[in-house]
Formats: sequence, C-alpha cells, structure tokens
Amino acid sequence: MITVEQKKLEEIAEMTKGHSRLLILGCETCAAMSLAGGKRQAEEVAGAIRIARKMSGENGKIVEDAIARQCEPEFVDLVEEGVAQCDAVLSLACGAGVQLLAERYPDKVILPGCNTSFLGITEGLGIWSERCAGCGNCILDKTGGLCPIARCAKQLLNGPCGGSMNGKCEISKKVDCVWQLIIDRLTRLGRLEVLEEIFPVKDWSPAGHGGPRKVIREDLTS
Amino acid sequence: MKSGSNLEKILESGQFAVTAECGPPKGTSPKVIQKKGEPLKSCCDALNVTDNQTAIVRMSSLSGCVLLKEVGVEPVLQMVVRDRNRLALQADLLGAAALGIRNVLCLSGDHQRFGNHPTAKGVYDIDSIQFLQMVKNMRDEHRFINGEEISGDVPLYIGAAANPFADPFEFRVIRLAKKIAAGADFIQTQGIFDMAKFIEWMKMVRDRGLDEKTHILAGLIPIKSVGMARYMANNVSGLSLPKELVDRMADAQEPKEEGIKICLELIEQLKEVEGVHGVHVMAVAWEDIVPRIVEEAGLMPRPVM
Repeated sequence: MITVEQKKLEEIAEMTKGHSRLLILGCETCAAMSLAGGKRQAEEVAGAIRIARKMSGENGKIVEDAIARQCEPEFVDLVEEGVAQCDAVLSLACGAGVQLLAERYPDKVILPGCNTSFLGITEGLGIWSERCAGCGNCILDKTGGLCPIARCAKQLLNGPCGGSMNGKCEISKKVDCVWQLIIDRLTRLGRLEVLEEIFPVKDWSPAGHGGPRKVIREDLTS
Repeated sequence: MKSGSNLEKILESGQFAVTAECGPPKGTSPKVIQKKGEPLKSCCDALNVTDNQTAIVRMSSLSGCVLLKEVGVEPVLQMVVRDRNRLALQADLLGAAALGIRNVLCLSGDHQRFGNHPTAKGVYDIDSIQFLQMVKNMRDEHRFINGEEISGDVPLYIGAAANPFADPFEFRVIRLAKKIAAGADFIQTQGIFDMAKFIEWMKMVRDRGLDEKTHILAGLIPIKSVGMARYMANNVSGLSLPKELVDRMADAQEPKEEGIKICLELIEQLKEVEGVHGVHVMAVAWEDIVPRIVEEAGLMPRPVM
C-alpha cells in the first residue's frame, strides 16, 4: 500500500485558514490503512479544526466525508455535490488522490492533509516500513525477495558495503542491512551463489529518472 | 604495464608497497595539500587523495592529485559513487588520464548522512563494483559504459577497498572476488586492528587464490589518542578495534607513542601474512607521523623504479 502520514494539525490549520467552508475528504484505501487519512481520521481532523476555529473565532462550516479511492475518477466524481458547496477541500489521501481531485475540480482549492511516505507494509500496530521504490524493473527474483533499491541506503546492487555490522546499516543501528537479509535468505534457500555474479548497471529511466511515468495498455485502450 | 604508475611497477615487481593518505583542505589553498604530501614523497610509493571523505566537502580529489603531482608525489585518485553519476565519473576519469593521474581507487563512499550536508541527495547511480568494471573497460577496451569508443588511452591502475571486518564475514571474500573480477588491480583494506580476524580473512582469500589475482595492501590507522580509539571502537561502522588496544591507549603515559608502537607491531605481524603485498597508512589528520612509522617499520628506503 501507499503509506501516508497525517500532517501536524498546526500546519493543516495554517493552510486551511480563511477557507471558511471546508470539506475534509478521507480516502478509504491506503490512507485508511495508514490510520492517517480514512473516514475516521477525516472525522477527527474535522473535529480538531472546529475546536481550533472556535478558539480563534474563525467562522465557517467544516464538513467531512470519505470515498473508497481518491485515485479513481469514478469515486472522485461521487463527491461532486459536496465539493461544489465548499471553498476548499482538504484531502487526506496520498499525493495521487490530491492531484486527481485537483484535476477533476479545476476551480476548487485542493489542499493536502497528509504527507505521502512510501510504498510499504504494515509491520505491526503503528509501524509501517518501506518495501518498494517503484523503480519500474523488479529484480526481487535475483535478491531473494528483498529489495536493495528500496532498502539499501546506497541502493547498491552488489552489496553489502563495508559499513554493514551486526546486521545493521552504517547509517543507523535501527536500520537493517538489507544485504545481510538477502544473504541470510539466499543461504537458507541454498542459492547464495547467485550473488557471485556481478549485478549489471541499472537502467534508472523507468525509476522516474526518465521523466514522469505513464503506463499505457494498448489492449485496453484500443 | 597497464598504467605505468610507480605503484604498479612496485607491486608488479613483487616488492612490498607503502601508500598513505592525504586529505584535501576545506578551502582553496594549494599549499595545504602540498605541505602534507611533500614530506611523504620519500617514504610512500603513492599517496591517496580522499574524495569528500566522510561526506564532508573539501577540495576535489582530482585537484588534490594534480597539486601533489606538481611537487613530485604520485597520487592515487580516490573517487566515490555517492556524488557523481556515470557521466561525471567518466568525465573525471578522462580528465585524470589527461592530467597524468595513473592510479584510481573506486569506492562507494560514506553515506551523505555522516557528513556536513546530511540533507544532500546521494547519487549512487552505479555501485563500486560496477564502477570498477567501468574503469577497466575504459582502460582495456577504450569504451565508455554505453559502448561508445574513447579516443586516446586511459592508463589507470585500478584499486578497490575491502573491509574484512564488516558483516557478514563469510560473504566479504565473495565480494572481494567480485571486485577482482570487475577489475581491481590492487586492494586497500579497512584499517586493521583485529589481527586474528584479518588473518582468518586472508586465509579465505588465499583459499580462493585471490591473493594471486590482485595486490592486497593492508590498511593501518595510527591511533593518536584514547579518545580516537574509543570513537573508532564505538562509532565507526565496519571497524573492529579490540578492547585490549583501547585499554593500552587509556593506560599509556604517552598516548601518541603508544599509538605508534601499536601501529609498528601491526606492521611487523602483517609482513608475515602471506598474500599481503604492502601497507596503506591512513594517518587521518596526523600525516606527518607517516615518515617515522615507515622508517621504524624498516620499510625505508623506498624502491626507485
């Protein structure tokens, strides 16, 4: 999923200031799984802004709502009426959701209530961690199902560097050395010899370094 | 000869090599690096010039190399992949060849988080092993990494780093083999303090016959103070400093003398390790001690090739 983190309330209050009729729009998929931007969090943020506005004496109306996915036009179109009745929308989705709202509602102020963090997993309650960098060319078959692009601080393809110690990365004892994990796993699978080959230089263009990315499926579009 | 460098001649003729390291200044004075380098001329076969070491911005290593050459010191151009992509690396290599630099050390580089620009974007377009391959291909095939032809020679003696003390221990020799296959003519290791572990690593190196495919220079870091010993023991990832040595530094009446003594003892032991073809002395901010260490280690005079 796409892991998002809610912005600090002060920042949200500052960016929504002056937009008297405000729609707080949650996203019920990734942002909800991140416990940061689902329906429940939309209600909480709305409540907090109401209180803040009461204290500061700012008038206006706060409305909350949520849709299944802010990254799909068919869902975004469902809130047309609610959007029409407000001055601005505070989206609690990832950056993709915020931008699709802006695209569908060109005359409306659309504001981000969350920071988009990464493509990750839920490790446990309140803990999420990065697993995929969206590099456009998956090599997990060669690295034991563990990604050095997303999880090595230097994105080494022929790791580990000389800073790997006790299974941890040189940048922090709190960060696992993914190359240690790769070696452990390939050893367990009896496939460590694959790492004796030199991993070739990577084409970073599908990783975003070739410009904005787009997937077009001819079979579906024609 | 691949490069014709002094270092290559010494190593290829089977002699025990001595290299040291020289950090460029956080400024523009050419004198700083020349003053550090010149006294080391007679006691070292080549002098490494660090490349934004520990991710702290300094005068570029290429400029430092040129300045050392001006005073007759043979430089080893250190290059990290942290700060340059494949275009910049190749451009600097062409420039280095044109300027008469004959040795290069290909490194990943310490992560930018350690330095004085921790918010910088790390490049890491290619890794150190791919970098070695690229340089070898430029030298031997006259080809850029994209396959296009290079006009002129790129006579570089290619070095790599190896860290016998990082984890996982057993994989370190495999990674060394990859570096040699990629093109490493010589290896400069991480600073050695844990001799038992180094000896074990060298045995694994010899078992694979790697000592015959490259020249391993054993890294040494003279310890200046107990504070430095403690810092290295606790804060430098990938460095193994036994407690016994920290204690020796702590108990010493004259810590600097003790540090020199430890370094000399290590060199004596290293001379006996089969497959070690030289030493690389990294006297960080203590460059002026190198002549004394080399002299007292019985490694003077240096061969004239």
